[in-house]
Amino acid sequence: MSCKCSQNSSDLTLLKETLDRYAAVPGSLITVLQKAQAIYGYLPADVLNHIAEQMSIPAAKVFGVATFYTQFRFKPVGKYLIMLCQGTACHVNGSLMLEKAIFDTLGIKDGETTEDGLFTLKNVACLGCCSLSPVMMINDETYGSLTPQKVRDILAHLKKDALKEAAEQ
Amino acid sequence: MISIKVGQGSCGISAGAAKVYTALEQQLKSNHDVQLSVTGCIGMCYLEPIVDIYSDGELIRLVRVKDTDAKAVADYISTGDNSFIENLIVSDEDKHFLDSQTRIALRGCGIINPNEIDDYIANGGYTALKKALIEMSPEGVIEEIKVAGLAGRGGAGFPTWFKWNAARSSQGEEKYLICNADEGDPGAFMDRAVIESNPHNLIEGMLIGAYAIGAKEAIVYVRAEYPLAIIRLERAIEQAKEKGIVGENIFGSDFSCSFRIKAGAGAFVCGEETALIESLEGSRGMPRLKPPFPAQSGYWHKPSNINNVETFANVSWIIENGGEEFAKLGTDDSKGTKVFAITGKIKRGGLVEIPMGKKLSDVIFDIGGGMKTGRDYKCVQLGGPSGGCIPADMQDTVIDYKKLSATGAIMGSGGMVVMDGSTCMVGMARFFLDFTAKESCGKCTHCRIGTKRLLEILNRICKGEGKEGDIELLEETCNEIKAGALCGLGQTAPNPVLTTIKYYRDEYEAHIKEKRCPAGECIDLVKYSINPEKCIGCSLCSKKCPVGAICGEIKKTFTIDSEKCIRCGQCMDACRFGAVEKR
Repeated sequence: MSCKCSQNSSDLTLLKETLDRYAAVPGSLITVLQKAQAIYGYLPADVLNHIAEQMSIPAAKVFGVATFYTQFRFKPVGKYLIMLCQGTACHVNGSLMLEKAIFDTLGIKDGETTEDGLFTLKNVACLGCCSLSPVMMINDETYGSLTPQKVRDILAHLKKDALKEAAEQ
Repeated sequence: MISIKVGQGSCGISAGAAKVYTALEQQLKSNHDVQLSVTGCIGMCYLEPIVDIYSDGELIRLVRVKDTDAKAVADYISTGDNSFIENLIVSDEDKHFLDSQTRIALRGCGIINPNEIDDYIANGGYTALKKALIEMSPEGVIEEIKVAGLAGRGGAGFPTWFKWNAARSSQGEEKYLICNADEGDPGAFMDRAVIESNPHNLIEGMLIGAYAIGAKEAIVYVRAEYPLAIIRLERAIEQAKEKGIVGENIFGSDFSCSFRIKAGAGAFVCGEETALIESLEGSRGMPRLKPPFPAQSGYWHKPSNINNVETFANVSWIIENGGEEFAKLGTDDSKGTKVFAITGKIKRGGLVEIPMGKKLSDVIFDIGGGMKTGRDYKCVQLGGPSGGCIPADMQDTVIDYKKLSATGAIMGSGGMVVMDGSTCMVGMARFFLDFTAKESCGKCTHCRIGTKRLLEILNRICKGEGKEGDIELLEETCNEIKAGALCGLGQTAPNPVLTTIKYYRDEYEAHIKEKRCPAGECIDLVKYSINPEKCIGCSLCSKKCPVGAICGEIKKTFTIDSEKCIRCGQCMDACRFGAVEKR
């Protein structure tokens, strides 16, 4: 098997505007990576290499910075990104049971995506909604005061929605 | 004119405040005597969504409002008949939560509209900045902060005036003022609340700080996880620019200052000031060796000063009212007020700002209302991953920097997580070590590898595989990390382990020697059983069990086969008679 690092084929022109604005501004690598992730949904290897080249920063540093921060992803995420809060208040109020309920229902652990590409689970540090703990956020919606049963119901509901949507198309 | 304000901080929105706002807008659109607006977070998070109705200077506060209550609110407005909203009005008990606070850093939060600079100005905003620029010298500002005795609210409690003075005295034309809004401690959210609810107060405090140290550029480093805070702060900066409050020759003085936001990318260690500077420069956020301190060589190796949000939120009040007024509050060691984010098993959770010198029990029982679970209060965790647990029998500990440090915990940024008997203290230590092991930047061997080893030992203990000598090994490793880590985060990472061993050694011993978790939380150590006196033989638990570990005959007592049981707890959730027991 040969190395496939450079075989993604992302549309690099999408990044032009960002690079035109920031490439020469010192200290703006993290900002560029954030904008790139907003465009592509994750950071493909060819995009990282392109950023390194355009900003005249060694690729090793670009990869080093990207892998240092939890915000950056290197794989595409599912249709529903479950951000499960693991803050102290949520921990005290049972977030581990929720993680288990998600695993039992979907078979995914932190950082994994279901085979059907519907759900990705990401454990996150405090979402700052401590009074509603335990909390999870799916895409932009926050769900609070959860129990394992509520989580199972929410996931089943989303899955049903997605299947219905797929059938309609 | 009646004014209705809907509290829309992040928690309020999560609880449904945006839907309530839309519903009210619909109901009230034809009523031109009513002004509907957005406000930030009042801090009574447990009562969200909150709607405040101001008429003739009187306030009626409605709590736990649903979108379906909008009609009742509209009916009340049109008829003045209280009975429509009676069940929504805040109780006296809940009023006490706010009435017992002293708000300086949080003043204006949940009252003013964070999206309108005019609302801030109408409430006395930016007068302190004007006073500082027109009437005071930079040295005079620093002196006032010194008289106030303001200390850094981010955790370390270092005197603010000293840092400002050091940055002012440093050689060089180019200086930077930086605000640390990378609020990473799980369980702390006061900085987010200040930015979301009163962003101009932060801007004003920072501009005064920039004037004092001689900086021409102010930067706010905000967590990327706080999108709403970033949006509101961006808008506030734009409005301040339009008014000439940010920019050249502010209020006609010689002082000019630009302002910008930098979004962090998720790394706990960036709360450490030199790591934050590295991150601002676009690198991995790894701490630098001190000295030189940022005051001498910080951002791009220029003199820089970093304070956190809550520290800056106190500044304009101090300038306006004088340092002496601020110093009247608090203890000899710690002046002013401190904001706590109180969460966990507490009945009334939210943001609490009190003068230093109060007792922990004042916050937990008088303001917080004690436990929501009916179980006994066990301990409070202060200071997040750098802090520690303070047990119930020390609830009279006075809140000031020295007294809290003496317990082994720290004031920290003010996260206060309250726990009852259902929380396992070994599990708690493991939780924090899991966090610090993941968040260690990797620079220092003792922190990088030491936290990992601590986590492995704690994992073993929680699984029932603890060995004689594990407690001593934990202590030894903790002391190594404290001695061998470069930055404050590494040096304090062992605190959650050390304080739980100090106060709850018996729980560690129960896990290790008896293979028992007294709190019943460590999943590998608990056993589920069915109480024959409560079981009516409905078979619901047996149907729910995913592994077929529960059997029995209808209308007779069911039993759980411990060998097969995977301890998922679904039987316990399912049973309507409380017959499934965990121990």
